[in-house]
Amino acid sequence: MIELLAKTPCDGLLPRTIGTVTLTEISFEAITSVAPLTGQEDAVSGTLKAQMGAAFPKPGRTTGKAHARAVWSGLGQALVLGPALQPIPGAAMTDQTDAWACVALEGDGARDVLARLTPLDLRPSVFRQGHAARTELAHMSAVLMRTGESRYGIMAFRSMAKTLVHDVTEAMTSVAARTRL
Amino acid sequence: MRLPSGGLIDRSHPIRFSYDGHSYQGVQGDTLASALIANGLKTVARSFKYHRPRGIMTAGSEEPNALVTLGHGAGQEPNLRATTLELYEGLAARSQNCWPSVNFDLLALNDLAAPFFGAGFYYKTFMWPRAFWEMLYEPAIRRAAGLGALSGLPDEDRYERAFAHCDLLVIGAGPAGLMAALEAARAGADVILADEDSRMGGRLNADLTEVDGRPGPDWAADVAADLAQMDNVRCMSRTTVTGAYDHGTFSAVERVAMHLPHPGDAPREAFWRIVAKRAVLATGALERPVAFQNNDRPGIMMAGAVRSYLNRYAVAPGRSVAVFGNNDSAHATARALIDHGIHVAALIDSRPGVQTDLDVPLYHGQVCGSEGRKGLEAISIATASGIEKVQADCLAVSGGWNPSLHLTCHMNGRPQWDESTAAFHPRPGMVPGLEPVGAANGVFTTADALAQGRKAAQAALTDLGLKPANIPLPKAEDGAYDITPLWSVPGRGRAWLDFQNDVTVKDVKLAAQESYRSVEHMKRYTTQGMAPDQGKNSNMGALAVLADATGRSIPETGTTTYRAPYTPTTLGAIAAGARGKGFAPERFTTSHAASEEAPMVEAGLWYRPSYFPKPGESYWRESCDREVGYVRNAVGICDVSTLGKIDIQGQDAGEFLDFVYTNMFSTLKVGRTRYGLMLREDGHVMDDGTTARLGEHHYLMTTTTAAAGQVMRHLAFVHQCLRPALDVQFISVTEQWAQFAVAGPKSRELLNSLLDHDITGETFSFMGCGDVSLGGVSARLFRISFSGEHAYEIAVPARYGESLFRLLRARAETLGGGAYGMEALNVLRIEKGFITHSEIHGRVTAFDVGLQGMMSKKKDFVGKTASERPGLMDPDRERLVGLKPTGPVKQLTAGAHLFNLGEDAVRQNDQGYITSVGFSPTLGHFLGLGFLRNGPDRIGEEIRMVDHVRGIETTAEVCHPVFFDPQGGRARD
Amino acid sequence: MRIDCPLCGPRDRREFTYQGDALALDRPDPEAGFGVWNDYLHNRDNPAGPTRELWYHDSGCTAWLVVTRDTVTHEVHRVELARDVKEAGK
Repeated sequence: MIELLAKTPCDGLLPRTIGTVTLTEISFEAITSVAPLTGQEDAVSGTLKAQMGAAFPKPGRTTGKAHARAVWSGLGQALVLGPALQPIPGAAMTDQTDAWACVALEGDGARDVLARLTPLDLRPSVFRQGHAARTELAHMSAVLMRTGESRYGIMAFRSMAKTLVHDVTEAMTSVAARTRL
Repeated sequence: MRLPSGGLIDRSHPIRFSYDGHSYQGVQGDTLASALIANGLKTVARSFKYHRPRGIMTAGSEEPNALVTLGHGAGQEPNLRATTLELYEGLAARSQNCWPSVNFDLLALNDLAAPFFGAGFYYKTFMWPRAFWEMLYEPAIRRAAGLGALSGLPDEDRYERAFAHCDLLVIGAGPAGLMAALEAARAGADVILADEDSRMGGRLNADLTEVDGRPGPDWAADVAADLAQMDNVRCMSRTTVTGAYDHGTFSAVERVAMHLPHPGDAPREAFWRIVAKRAVLATGALERPVAFQNNDRPGIMMAGAVRSYLNRYAVAPGRSVAVFGNNDSAHATARALIDHGIHVAALIDSRPGVQTDLDVPLYHGQVCGSEGRKGLEAISIATASGIEKVQADCLAVSGGWNPSLHLTCHMNGRPQWDESTAAFHPRPGMVPGLEPVGAANGVFTTADALAQGRKAAQAALTDLGLKPANIPLPKAEDGAYDITPLWSVPGRGRAWLDFQNDVTVKDVKLAAQESYRSVEHMKRYTTQGMAPDQGKNSNMGALAVLADATGRSIPETGTTTYRAPYTPTTLGAIAAGARGKGFAPERFTTSHAASEEAPMVEAGLWYRPSYFPKPGESYWRESCDREVGYVRNAVGICDVSTLGKIDIQGQDAGEFLDFVYTNMFSTLKVGRTRYGLMLREDGHVMDDGTTARLGEHHYLMTTTTAAAGQVMRHLAFVHQCLRPALDVQFISVTEQWAQFAVAGPKSRELLNSLLDHDITGETFSFMGCGDVSLGGVSARLFRISFSGEHAYEIAVPARYGESLFRLLRARAETLGGGAYGMEALNVLRIEKGFITHSEIHGRVTAFDVGLQGMMSKKKDFVGKTASERPGLMDPDRERLVGLKPTGPVKQLTAGAHLFNLGEDAVRQNDQGYITSVGFSPTLGHFLGLGFLRNGPDRIGEEIRMVDHVRGIETTAEVCHPVFFDPQGGRARD
Repeated sequence: MRIDCPLCGPRDRREFTYQGDALALDRPDPEAGFGVWNDYLHNRDNPAGPTRELWYHDSGCTAWLVVTRDTVTHEVHRVELARDVKEAGK
């Protein structure tokens, strides 16, 4: 039997630390899209909670915790990051495990780095811990989450991993150089 | 000349700099302008058109004269204002627009020819002959007239873009702005305070006005320090808010590292987009000159600027200074000069009866002329008793103050004329949510500025549901502003209005005389206000002269339109974040790293291999022909992951697909794949591709690479806007799967060497699909073909993509095949007459590409009704055909047009065009696909092909578009 | 320009794509005749004042939105999910 070797989206590109900010790749056991079909929202949320301990998230929010998180990812749709899910009756589900480059941006100044990449209002009072957004990030469609005081999760298309790392590290370089002025 | 004491400068930090190759010394806190004055330089520039010597006129970003160039090569930056350039160690500035030097400029001959160069000169003189304009006149004029030059090299400096959000944006950090920011900050609002200066305080730093019983600069520095340490405040010095846009969006340029000799990785400038719920405009006012004969002589400057140089920079612009004005600014300047021990040669006030308690010679009259060889030496004063001459090496002028209301006009608002201050003031509500205060709002006392700043912040806080902090109002001077308008002093000779574009009073009068009476027409005829400073110094004066010349009042005459940016903005800053790799994301397939030898072609954002050259191959066609042979004779491997893949689920999925495709999908059996055609609602083809039915309520649609985004958006539109009741959900899975075409007679043999369980013609018949596994990894297999050969597409989770591609490629090579790229893929599909977006380019119908049979008659679908319009079914339309060359030139070219034999190759005779071509190694000649009038009925006819662009002509035979294996047996068997 | 997406909140214009008049929601009956279809496909008013437009939040939640907006003042009066507008119209 042949053997297929697996590669992560940011293979060979991360981690990087510039100044006080670090960019690392995160791998999840599974990423599953869950989209309730007509009239199934409550039932799907209930089953999801039973399976992974987190309800279906409201727009702009995440539920659960690290390694078992559901993040709202658009109209009627969430991505479940963490354990692989059993089929949920009433939900359209797809395997997205390999579709996303997932990175964590962490450290003092992480918000300043993001402010160079996305038009989103990132003020701590507006984009709070547990919040999520589908937004534009350096011309890419991204899922952005605030997962800690100075920690953010970013998901971009796998094929754009190189651009994601390039643009984020450019911004990290700029922010670090500013603090040295 | 540096004064012995005073100034907001650090004398213990000397700074060496150079100007035009000569070395000078300044100190920390200087601008280039103040350092030049400290070193006694007067003439620092040559004017735009007449090359007249010019000196520093202002102390701010409105400076019209003192423009310099910094840097060399790619780093060269022209037209920088010496008045805003902070001095740093090693700064090397050069003068512009002069040759050989600023003090002796040969092109000053233009000045002698001035009578010929008045308003409209270009239009009148260079009209004829027309061809001479581009060849002769324009290059000559551009050489003689102009400002600094660009290097022509790509800019290698770093620039940055950034976004910021706040409750209140305060624009300008003078007394009004500081007060507004402090009030809002203390109330807990998120505040951004932006000021274009390096030091907060605005005019307080120039006038030393007392606030709260303390020197103004000290008060400002304390407030700024207070604000800087608050978490809810972002203080942005060196930041010019350049434009006001819809819904509280502002643009701003921050000069991050321009003032540093060694910026490291810090950006030179940052382009900010600031979103504010409310904004306070506290941009102050700009002092305006008075036009009189030879009022452009170096040494003549604005009265407020003289105070800036004295008080802030501790430099004296002259030893014996005259002061001339129509308002109290002149008196304040005279007082400052005396305070610094400088001789005041004369105080000339055009207002009758105004007195002074200063011990200076007071004249009631007007300055009407200037003299001096290399700078000002004497002025002439017209008084009731005649003309008097007074020796002076500097003249400070004040014609009054114009509120800096530019941003209030950026959304089409027009200001209103205020008689008492002889200036335009903003009207309320010109930019929603933006409140002008202080001098920007036409109130000119410090006490009023402080009060208005606080009040505007409080109003904003109340709007935002926050409780005002009500900070105490500091005490400050509260004098009245008294002005009697004076725009230009009568007299002969040239009196300058627009210093940057060399426009005189006479030019404006000439424009009026020649019927350019509208202010917008006058502007364009004279070029007044069209220089980089956008008329900051000259617009009011020119407008007043025009009003006078046309017998109208100033408000009747109106202003020109204020547009963003407020100050000249570098393209580097505007393009920040979008240069080089920042321009657009790059998308790479998983096989990219295993395709190193292949030149890449861009397909949308994707990079796909064109071909895979082998050692010894010197021309792409050799590789392409070889790769076509792999597929036709053995097996070829191609990464097709870039095609859009959309997962569609729900009990109405079939009905949904029936509505978006022309043909039926609800009838497709599970485990089967079908080719589908999608139209736009206007009846033209949008996209095509195969869709597989994976389960009862589960489909997988593929789109072309180019149209993946468009199709996704279209499906969203159809579902949300047309058929929301359908129970269906869809999501892109393009990125989840790495998918490879395995094509050729040996494709099944290759797959069976890799799959955990063999497939057969029964388990995977033509257009079948299903799950397979290899190496324990579950995969999807589709028996579909874009080459006409027995072929499959195999999809694995993307993490295994590179590994699988390497395996497939290696196995294919052992079977006499290998990897193939886009060139071979294109030839293979042309041989089969398969269409791509070269053919379905947006103007063709299903009928045009011969697929009218795919349009179901049994159901409604998007585009159905419109596609039935008679004009879209006309047999005489340009319709898809194949072509092969017949003449001595054995080549076809894409983009060439088709003509009947014997007819001229002109538009009126056009019969069609070629969309795709390729050399078929299988058939041994070129093939083309194209659109020909009534094409399918002209098979066998000979036609003329002319490529006007490349200069290629041949004859071609019209063929059926399917050249190879027309029965399709090779793919099915 | 900012659009207050009912799902995502106020967002920068760059996240959205403009489509055209919201009358695109009112797809005629297939048998309505070419005149009706011609109006639906091609004929648009160009008003100075309030308009109802379709915008697509493509860098955001992928919702189609009906934006009621004034072309003179640029004021955005209302933003609704096109899906809700369409369903309410039935």
